[in-house]
Amino acid sequence: MTNPTSIRAATDDGSEQWLLRLYVAGQTPRCLQAFANLKKICEENLTGKYEIEIVDLLKNPQLASGDQILAIPTLVRKLPEPVRKIIGNLSNAERVLVGLDLRPRVTP
Amino acid sequence: MTAVRRSLPKCPTGIKGLDEITGGGLPSGRTTLVCGAAGCGKTLLGLEFLIRGIADFGEPGVCVTFEETAEDIVTNGATMGFDLAQFMSAGKLAIDHVFIERSQIEETGEYDLEGLFVRLGHAIDSVGAKRVVLDTIEALFAGLSDDAMLRAELRRLLRWLKQKGVTSILTGERADGRLTRHGLEEYVSDCVILLDHKAEQSISTRRLRIVKYRGSQHGTNDYPFLIDDQGLSVLPITSIQLAYPAPRERVSTGVEALDSMLGGNGYFRGSTVLISGSAGAGKTTFASFFCDRFCRAGGRALFFTFEESPDQIERNMSSVGLDLKQWREKGLLCIDATRPTMTGLESHLVRIHRIVVQFDPGAVVLDPLSSFVDTAQPFEVASMIARLTDYLKQRGIVTVMTRQIAAGTPAEGTEANISSIVDTWVLLRDSESEGERNRGLYVLKSRGMRHSNQVQEFVFTDQGINVPTRAQGSSGGLVGAVRLAQEQVERRANEARRLTIERKEREIARKRRMIERQMAELRADLEEDEVALRQLHAGESIASLSESEETFRLASADPNGTGVTE
Repeated sequence: MTNPTSIRAATDDGSEQWLLRLYVAGQTPRCLQAFANLKKICEENLTGKYEIEIVDLLKNPQLASGDQILAIPTLVRKLPEPVRKIIGNLSNAERVLVGLDLRPRVTP
Repeated sequence: MTAVRRSLPKCPTGIKGLDEITGGGLPSGRTTLVCGAAGCGKTLLGLEFLIRGIADFGEPGVCVTFEETAEDIVTNGATMGFDLAQFMSAGKLAIDHVFIERSQIEETGEYDLEGLFVRLGHAIDSVGAKRVVLDTIEALFAGLSDDAMLRAELRRLLRWLKQKGVTSILTGERADGRLTRHGLEEYVSDCVILLDHKAEQSISTRRLRIVKYRGSQHGTNDYPFLIDDQGLSVLPITSIQLAYPAPRERVSTGVEALDSMLGGNGYFRGSTVLISGSAGAGKTTFASFFCDRFCRAGGRALFFTFEESPDQIERNMSSVGLDLKQWREKGLLCIDATRPTMTGLESHLVRIHRIVVQFDPGAVVLDPLSSFVDTAQPFEVASMIARLTDYLKQRGIVTVMTRQIAAGTPAEGTEANISSIVDTWVLLRDSESEGERNRGLYVLKSRGMRHSNQVQEFVFTDQGINVPTRAQGSSGGLVGAVRLAQEQVERRANEARRLTIERKEREIARKRRMIERQMAELRADLEEDEVALRQLHAGESIASLSESEETFRLASADPNGTGVTE
């Protein structure tokens, strides 16, 4: 990754490291919203063991195909494996946590 | 193309036949929807649109595929003989595989498809694309749950494509009662093409129809099309009219006797010839002789056989002294063998068209037409053959078709009613009499030329088609054993006549000799008398001299004392 903005938060305490990548397209309200929501969720649930990369596709359009990005914004959990994707402005924290496998899926 | 008013700029697809139906191609800078059921050729049409654009029109393209991977697309291109990888490395083609798996995606809150736009925009910019194919964009509906958003984004996408100035194709799967499962046709307003796949009597035919083409005239029929190793070929069948030229040039039939029956010159160039006859009458052989002669004269002949393999024809024809192999090796003759049941009638037609365009022959043989009757309705066969012969005529090609007549049916009857489209109709008749079958050749009709009204017998020999000298009996031409008998009778009569003449000659000679002998005797008599007379004259004077001396002289002249001769 050459360009993506990296936000490293807190310390590495040796436990599971989370790498989250948020794909955005410019500074749209929806993208800013998503970033704010994500940061909040991470601070509350993954304190000290997460890393967020922001990829702006308007600047780096060639990066879109690597993670099969269609929808904007898209959050990709790169680590831990397996890869998970969450699309939308991440307004529903519960569903984000489910998407990140931090909450068990509720089988309907 | 005739000069027509162009209200709409068109983007030629380069797909055989499609540009003719659409009057020049797809609407340039707009979006065309190609829809149809699974396996009807949507993807291939889109892909060929891109490939032809790159190869024939110098227009780079982008393929966004939602179902197949880029490798699959490259493989598909290879089946059409194109190296897509090379196009890609040359910067003329970009393939983007958009993969979307609902189970891996959690949706929370608002989103849009900007990511797709970014990818597409990037791909278009990277190759400078003029053509874009999105195959099949409806996969989005399966991958994402927000229908309303998708529809809005789809609308935005189409507007955006138009702004980009690219000519694009969307493909969509057909659903019951609708052109596409998710109603894409509501968004695409410029051009909609429907592909179809119909099976009749277990033989499937692909068809293409232009459902809508805003601002342009277009053919409205179902057009059969074919997919093979050269991609798509659409056949604009009904566009052919009765406006072909009629050349006066003639080409030999390859059989001298038939040439002379057709006024000595053979078939017209660009005419349609039907050779009909019962099984084993020699139809294929006549057609082969025609091909042989045509190639000998340097022409290119295309032989479609629906019953035999090329090798078999070659072998069989060598038994009548024809070496077809040499022409095949020289590339003048092409023998194409297919089973009539292989594909539908229309597909055959398209296929024949395509091969004709490729090989560019001056003569085409269809052997035999009758095989088609089993596969389809007679009406359809007739209409297919009419379209085919019209097309071949337009190209100035001599078409020789053979047709088997079932035993027991009148020779002139043809189930498919193709007689009216035939210019020259040669009938090979098998007549049975006196315990044998004999082959007869008859020209039933031949438009625009003088032709014989006689049934000409012929026999096959290892040197070719041989025509025995015609024998005329009291009740018409004689064939076979009857002819041989007649010949024998004539030979005997000749012999008898010869003998009579000889006898007469001998008789006259004898008479002449007799008369000459008689004449000689009479002359001798006369001379004797004259001598006697002279002696009498002389006797008078001698007697006056000495009678005794005269007596002595006579005695010495005739020692026998006969006194008869001098």
